[in-house]
Amino acid sequence: MAKEFELNEVEVWDGNYAASQALRQAQVDVVAAYPITPSTPIVEGYGSYVANGYIDGEFVMVESEHGAMSGCVGASAAGGRVATATSSQGFALMTEVLYQASGMRLPIVLTVVNRALASPLNVRGDHSDMYLGRDSGWIQLDAFNPQEAYDLTLCAFRIGEHLDVRLPVMVHQDGFTTSHKAQNVTPLKDDVAYKFVGDYVPVNDMLDFSRPVTHGAQTEEDWHFEHKARQHKALMDSRTVIDEVLSEFKSLTGREYNRVESYYMEDAEVAIVALGSSVETAALAAKQLREEEGIKAGVVAPRCFRPFPYDLIRETLDRPTLKAVCCMDKSAPGGAMGALFNEVSAAAYTTASRPMITNYIYGLGGRDFAVEEAKRIFKEQKAHADAGHITTPIQQFSGVRGPRLGFFETRRG
Amino acid sequence: MAITSVKNLKEFSTANDRFEGSHLLCPGCAHSMIVRELMNATDDNLVVASSTGCLEVCTAVYPYTSWDTSWIHIGFENSATAASCAEAMYKARKKKGTLPNPDAPVKFVAFGGDGATYDIGFQWLSGAMERGHDFTYICLDNENYANTGGQRSSSTPIGASTSTAQAGTHSYGKTQKKKDIVAIMAAHGAPYVAQLAPNKWKSMAKGFQKALETEGPCFINTVSACTTEWKFDPKDTISITDLATDSLMFPIYEIINGTELNILYRPKNIIPVEDYLGAQGRYRHLFKPENRHVIERIQKDIDEKWEYLQRREEARV
Repeated sequence: MAKEFELNEVEVWDGNYAASQALRQAQVDVVAAYPITPSTPIVEGYGSYVANGYIDGEFVMVESEHGAMSGCVGASAAGGRVATATSSQGFALMTEVLYQASGMRLPIVLTVVNRALASPLNVRGDHSDMYLGRDSGWIQLDAFNPQEAYDLTLCAFRIGEHLDVRLPVMVHQDGFTTSHKAQNVTPLKDDVAYKFVGDYVPVNDMLDFSRPVTHGAQTEEDWHFEHKARQHKALMDSRTVIDEVLSEFKSLTGREYNRVESYYMEDAEVAIVALGSSVETAALAAKQLREEEGIKAGVVAPRCFRPFPYDLIRETLDRPTLKAVCCMDKSAPGGAMGALFNEVSAAAYTTASRPMITNYIYGLGGRDFAVEEAKRIFKEQKAHADAGHITTPIQQFSGVRGPRLGFFETRRG
Repeated sequence: MAITSVKNLKEFSTANDRFEGSHLLCPGCAHSMIVRELMNATDDNLVVASSTGCLEVCTAVYPYTSWDTSWIHIGFENSATAASCAEAMYKARKKKGTLPNPDAPVKFVAFGGDGATYDIGFQWLSGAMERGHDFTYICLDNENYANTGGQRSSSTPIGASTSTAQAGTHSYGKTQKKKDIVAIMAAHGAPYVAQLAPNKWKSMAKGFQKALETEGPCFINTVSACTTEWKFDPKDTISITDLATDSLMFPIYEIINGTELNILYRPKNIIPVEDYLGAQGRYRHLFKPENRHVIERIQKDIDEKWEYLQRREEARV
């Protein structure tokens, strides 16, 4: 029987420690892991809880991240709660198995501390690993600060393990900006947290010998499509469960989460759409601009990156006052518009008002994104709004040295 | 009922099958003989992991399965990880008391072909062996990537012609020697490592039983004659395997705790390797005058290895 961990009402935790405490409180049975900066302290934390009797689980340090996710799949099919953590190159290495985990419908929780992908090698935070996972069939939740990293990790188990969902869940936080910056975090008591997460309910349990199961079968053109279609449906339908779990979490803690968060959007004329810790920066900029210059700025932030919340994004952007929206992508776009731009544009295209939408690539490799830059971008949106057309190239780069980069000039109003 | 005392072939042939006969493996494929024997070597419950490869694609084609036991396939490289971490989950759930059959004895087994074992899954296998999980890894060694049409692996012997190490006017086939996976696994300090063959079915059943009963990570390399890529008549699987073991191309032996080596089969009449090579299409080109030197080289390697194994056995180190 695991020992109780004494917690203060308010703790000072960084994002990594917050996530590791959530794994402990969920009493994860197996963590198969491989260390990588900046996510390492999460699995180190789990290891220390096992070593000190705070958890009755198995900590399996494997030989690579591919092995880590492979181990998670094997352990999960054996009918218990499984989690791990990774970043960047480790995430890239486990990508093959991410698809296998979701295709096999195993509710593994992966805390991803977002970090740039090489080359050049870089340990700082951007969203290129998070974007790499976007077609992998996992639910992707995005935490903007340590409190949220803790809260959403607890919610992730509930969502993924729900019998109507049975899909793996990633909880993202920004490398260093969130993972290594300590803030006040209000944790739940151990028993309250565990009660919220609940006992693990095995499905197709390999250790239930009364009912032999075959996991990971072969399908070709005769059945593959049906499996993938059902998996997609489960992912799309998980929106209802996500909403329910977040709402239950609110009644328990008073902390409200939504699949799309919005700040100052009621009467907004210009908006930034962003992910991760930049959301707080943009929200602060919007607040200050409203006070200082009367610019009606707002911020929209997908809390749930997958399934992509087309419904709520459209709802949030569908307001006649809204003229110009800037989508901020913190990942090298690789010869296209940023992914957030593409998806938000797709949602916005079905609105009556169809705001102008532009794209900024920013923050790559941990380049800082400050309030002043967010204000400049808001003002640029205001210029589009006043002109009645986009006054800059559609895709620009924020905070990069060298000659100004811009792609796709337009005068669409 | 499984084979508890391996006495006669009749008993073996009527043993209960947890590996069903209705699968898609080639007629004459030795994989199914080996797998069936493993699964009949114990009465305990089995959790089996298979790598991508012939065995996997031929035994679990949705909506069918040949496995009347817990079975998992993830990818090409990670059956050792799947089995070993299922074992970790077993330990965790045992501690917590959440096992549905807490008293039922269970064994964890991983299968991989030589591609999965010697090449793409080498790191995953090494990691699982080093971590000391209680499981048995069985390599179905047919010395090539048979599932993808017969490409060379690091288990393919020197001189064999494969679809990516082609014999031709300027080539005698693969120019590199077969990797010694048994020595590598023994060097991990594994408590039980062996090389076994399905023609010697008694020693194979005993070896499997030993591995399953030994606590810790065990490794067994099994020779699995491949009718399709070695190019012989499907009815000759066992006689080809006889040639493999009697020429000592595949010596049958075990290594306990990394040091104690025991030879499990000593041919009464050791046959020249030519007899083994000549029975298979993949070595046909070696009998051209310009390639005869390769046969001599193979024979020399075999003689040296046999000498080495006997010395190791005698020295007990």
